[in-house]
Amino acid sequence: MNAQRLRGLIRKEALQIVRDPSSIAIAFVMPLVLLLLFGYGVSLDARHVPIALVAERPSAQTSGFFSGFWRSPYFKAYGYPDMRDARRALMRRDVDAIVWLRSDFTRQVLRGASAPIGVIVDGVNANNARIIEGYVQGVWASWLAAQARERGQPLTLPVDIRSRVWFNPALRSHDYLVPGLIALIMTLIGALLTALVVAREWERGTMESLMASPATIPEILVGKVVPYFFLGMGGMILTVVMAITVFSVPFVGSLWLLFAAAALFLLTTLGMGLLISTIARNQFVAGMIAVVTTYLPAFILSGFIFDIHSMPWPIRLLTHTIAARYFVAILQTLFLAGNVWPVIGGNMAALGLIALLFLGLVARISRKRLD
Amino acid sequence: MATPTPLLALEGVHKSFRTQGARVDAITDVGFTVNAGAITGLLGPDGAGKTTLMRLCAGLLLPDEGRVMVLGFDSRGASAHIQQSVGYMPQRFGLYEDLTVQENLDLYADLHGLARAARHARYGELLRLTGLGPFGRRLARDLSGGMKQKLGLACTLVHPPRLLLLDEPTVGVDPISRRELWSIVGGLVARGDTGILISTAYLDEAERCAHVLLVHKGRLLAQGPPEGFRSSMAGRGFFATAQDLSGRAVEAIVARDPAILDTVVQRDGVRVVMRAGAAPPALSGITFTPVAPRFEDAFVERLRDAASPSPVAATQAAPSPAPARLPAPKVMIEAHELRRTFGAFEAVRGISFQVERGRIFGLLGANGAGKTTTFRMLCGLLPPSSGTLAIAGVDVRAAPAAARARIGYMSQKFSLYGDLSVAQNLAFFASTYGLTGAQRARRLHWAADTFGLGPFWDTNAADLALGFKQHLALSCALIHEPKVLFLDEPTSGVDPLARREFWRRINALAWDGVTIMVTTHFMEEAEYCDELVLMSLGRILAAGTPAQIRASARTADNPDPSMDDAFVALIEMHEAPTRQAS
Repeated sequence: MNAQRLRGLIRKEALQIVRDPSSIAIAFVMPLVLLLLFGYGVSLDARHVPIALVAERPSAQTSGFFSGFWRSPYFKAYGYPDMRDARRALMRRDVDAIVWLRSDFTRQVLRGASAPIGVIVDGVNANNARIIEGYVQGVWASWLAAQARERGQPLTLPVDIRSRVWFNPALRSHDYLVPGLIALIMTLIGALLTALVVAREWERGTMESLMASPATIPEILVGKVVPYFFLGMGGMILTVVMAITVFSVPFVGSLWLLFAAAALFLLTTLGMGLLISTIARNQFVAGMIAVVTTYLPAFILSGFIFDIHSMPWPIRLLTHTIAARYFVAILQTLFLAGNVWPVIGGNMAALGLIALLFLGLVARISRKRLD
Repeated sequence: MATPTPLLALEGVHKSFRTQGARVDAITDVGFTVNAGAITGLLGPDGAGKTTLMRLCAGLLLPDEGRVMVLGFDSRGASAHIQQSVGYMPQRFGLYEDLTVQENLDLYADLHGLARAARHARYGELLRLTGLGPFGRRLARDLSGGMKQKLGLACTLVHPPRLLLLDEPTVGVDPISRRELWSIVGGLVARGDTGILISTAYLDEAERCAHVLLVHKGRLLAQGPPEGFRSSMAGRGFFATAQDLSGRAVEAIVARDPAILDTVVQRDGVRVVMRAGAAPPALSGITFTPVAPRFEDAFVERLRDAASPSPVAATQAAPSPAPARLPAPKVMIEAHELRRTFGAFEAVRGISFQVERGRIFGLLGANGAGKTTTFRMLCGLLPPSSGTLAIAGVDVRAAPAAARARIGYMSQKFSLYGDLSVAQNLAFFASTYGLTGAQRARRLHWAADTFGLGPFWDTNAADLALGFKQHLALSCALIHEPKVLFLDEPTSGVDPLARREFWRRINALAWDGVTIMVTTHFMEEAEYCDELVLMSLGRILAAGTPAQIRASARTADNPDPSMDDAFVALIEMHEAPTRQAS
C-alpha cells in the first residue's frame, strides 16, 4: 500500500463528504430525525390511556374506587352516566377501555361480600390491551389495600408477589429503544452510504479512471472505509450524547467499551456496503439492496424493538446472521446494565467474526477489471 | 526519440461478452501497433468496439484470444505495470464533479505518485496548455463541456505517460473546443517520446492523425495514413447540380446510375462519389463539378463493398419523390424577438426566424450558445420570457399542449423504453398522443411497414441493433403524424451508411410536407439542412443556406472552408472579446 495514493484517495473522499449535503444528511440529520421520532413519538408504554368510568348508582364507595383512575398518570378518565354511552365511546375509539360498577356495587361492598367489577378492553391492539388490563388490576389492588387499612384489617392474599425490576426500574421503553437506535443509525451510515458512493463512482465513470490508475484494490477499499468510518463514529457520538442529555437515558457501562464495540460494528456494516457495491453499479439498485439486506433486518431482527426470544426458531436462527443483533445486545447492556462481560465478550467476538468475513470477501472478489 | 519496438501492439485479439446467455462478439481478430511520436486514430461509428479496444489496451479487459502488449508488458499478467505508465482517459471522463479543478489534479498527482516538488511546475504547464489557469478553484461541475474534457486530459497527463489512450475525448464537444483539444494532443506528440491512441466517431478527425485504424462491427476494416484513404478516392468526387431542380430531385435522377457509389443530398445539388475507374455519367441538364475527396468516402466504399453488392440499396427504403409536387409555401415555425432569461442571465437575447413548410432547418451553436434553451421553448417545454412563437399556426405561449401535439421529437439518445418490446414502445407513444383503436392500429402498421420493424415486433428495444433502435425512435416520434419534427443530433456517431439512410427518410418526410428542425454541433449534419442559423451567446450570428454560411468564412488562406471551418471562424470572431475576458 502506497501512502501517497492512499492519502490522495482519503482526502478526495473527505472533500466529497464535505461538499455533498446528502452524505452529511444521512450521517447527522437522519440520526437526529430518527432519535426525535423514536424518543418522543414511539413509545411502547401505555400512558394517558383514555378510559370510560361508569357507575350505575354513584356513591362514596364508587367514587372512592374511581379516584385511583382519576389520579393515575397512566389513565385519562372520562365519566359516563350509563353503559350505553360508554359503549358508544368505545366503538368510536374515544376510549380504550370501560370500567363498569353495577348498581349493587355499593351494597355488596358495605356488606363485605365480593363485588363484581366489569372491565371491557378494546383488544384490537393486543399489546396495549394487555398493558391496560394490568394497570386496571393495579388500581384495583391498591384500592383493596386501602379498604383493608381503613377497616384496620391486614389484607390477606394467598401469595404475596414482591417484584423488582432491574436495570430499567421505571420501565421506560425509550431507555432501551434509544440505545438500539444507535445500531440502526450506524447500519444506515455504514452500509447505505458506502454502497451508494461506490455506485455513484460507477455511474459517473470515475471508477473506470480509478481502475486504470496505479491505485491498487486494497488502496481503493481502504480509501472508502476510512472516511466513512469516521463519519459513522461521528454519527454514533451524536446519538450517544443526545441519548444521555436529551432523553436522559442512563449510561452505566464503560465509554471505551462502547467505542470499541461501535468500531467493530461499523466495520461489519462498511464491509456489507462494499460487498453490495461490488454487485450494484447503480445508486438506485445499491440503495434498495442496502435497505433490504441491512437496514430492514437491523430494524426487525436485531431485537431492537421485537424480542428475539418470542420469535419462532427458524427466524431466531436467522437473527444470528444479523450483525446488528450483537451490537443491540451490547448497547442495551452497556447503557442499562453496565460492563457485563459474559454478554459483551461473546457479542464482540461475533461482531469481529462478521466484520472479518465481509471485508475478506470484498477484498477477494474485487478486481481491477471491468468484465 | 522513437523506440524501435512499438508502445502498444495487439495481435489477433478476440473479445466477446455474454449478455443474457448469448455470446456477442465485440472484437474479432484485431491487430495493430501504436508508435511513439504519432497520433493513431481509432475511427468508427458507435458500437464498432472502440471502447472495448481501449479498455483492452488499458488492461481493464483481458482478450479471450490473442495478445495485448503495452510497453513490453502482456496485459494478461502485468496489468498493474501497464497502469503505472499508461494514461487512460475513459469516455465521459470521470471527473469528481464536487471537487475543484485543483483538487482533481491533486488526486491524480497522488494516484500517479507525482512528487510534491515537481507538482508546481507540472500544474503550471498543464493549466497553461489547457487554458484552465484562471479556473483552479472552480468546481468541476461548473465547467463547460469542453473545459471538462480539457481538465480530464490534464488529469491524465499529470504524470507524463509514455502511452496515452483517449476514448472519444471530442464527443459532444463543440467544434471550437474540439480544435483546442486536438491542438493540445498534437503538442504532446511533437516531443516524440509519447504515443497516442485516440478514438473518435467524427470521421473528419481522421485528417488529424498520422495513422488511422478504421473499425466497424468489431473488425479492423482498414488501416493506414489518412492520405492513403483520401488518395484512393481522388478524382471520384463530384457535385451534381441541375438548373431549376433541387438537390433531392437531382438525386432521384443520378442515384439510379450503377457507376455511382454514393450520393449525399445537399440543398442545391448532390455530392456524388463514383465507383473506382468510372466517369460521371452524361445526363442531360446535370452538371458534375469535381470536389475534393473526404475520408468518409473511403469508409463508405469499404462499407458498401462489405455490406451488399447492389448499388445504393438504401434508396429503395424511401420512395423517390416526384419532382413536380412542391407544396405551397406556408410558415410552420415563426419566432419573433424570442427572449429567455434565467435570473440575471440572458440565455436567449431576442432571436427571430421563420421556417417554411417542408424545409429542413438547422440550429447550430457552440456549447452555451442558447441552443438548448431555444429548442426547449420551441417544444413548449420552457415558456419564453418575451417574444412570440408559433408552431403550425398555434401560439406556443397561449396553448403549449396544442402546439406540442403537432410536434414530434427524437433525440440522439433515442429515449426508448429498453425493457419494452418494439410494439409496446410504439403503442405507448401512440397512447401518449391520444391515438386509440383503429387509428392506433393503422399507425402501428405504418411503422412496421415503413421502417422494417415487423421482424422485431416482440424484441425488447434494448436488444435492437443501433440502426433499428434509430428506426424505432424515429417511428415513435412520427407516430402521431406531427407537422413539425424536432431532431437533436440524430446521427452523430452513426455509421455513414445508416446516416445516409436516415437522412433519405428525413428528406422524404420533408418532401411530404413535414417541417424538420435540427439542432446539432455535428457539422456533417448541418450540410443536410436547407437553411440554418448559427447561434452564439444567445444571438443569431449568421443565417442562410449551408453554402452561404460556408462562403461567409472564405478567406485568402482558406478559399473553400468546410462547415466546421466556417463555424469556428464565425464564432471566434463574435466571441473573441468575451472568451479573452473570462
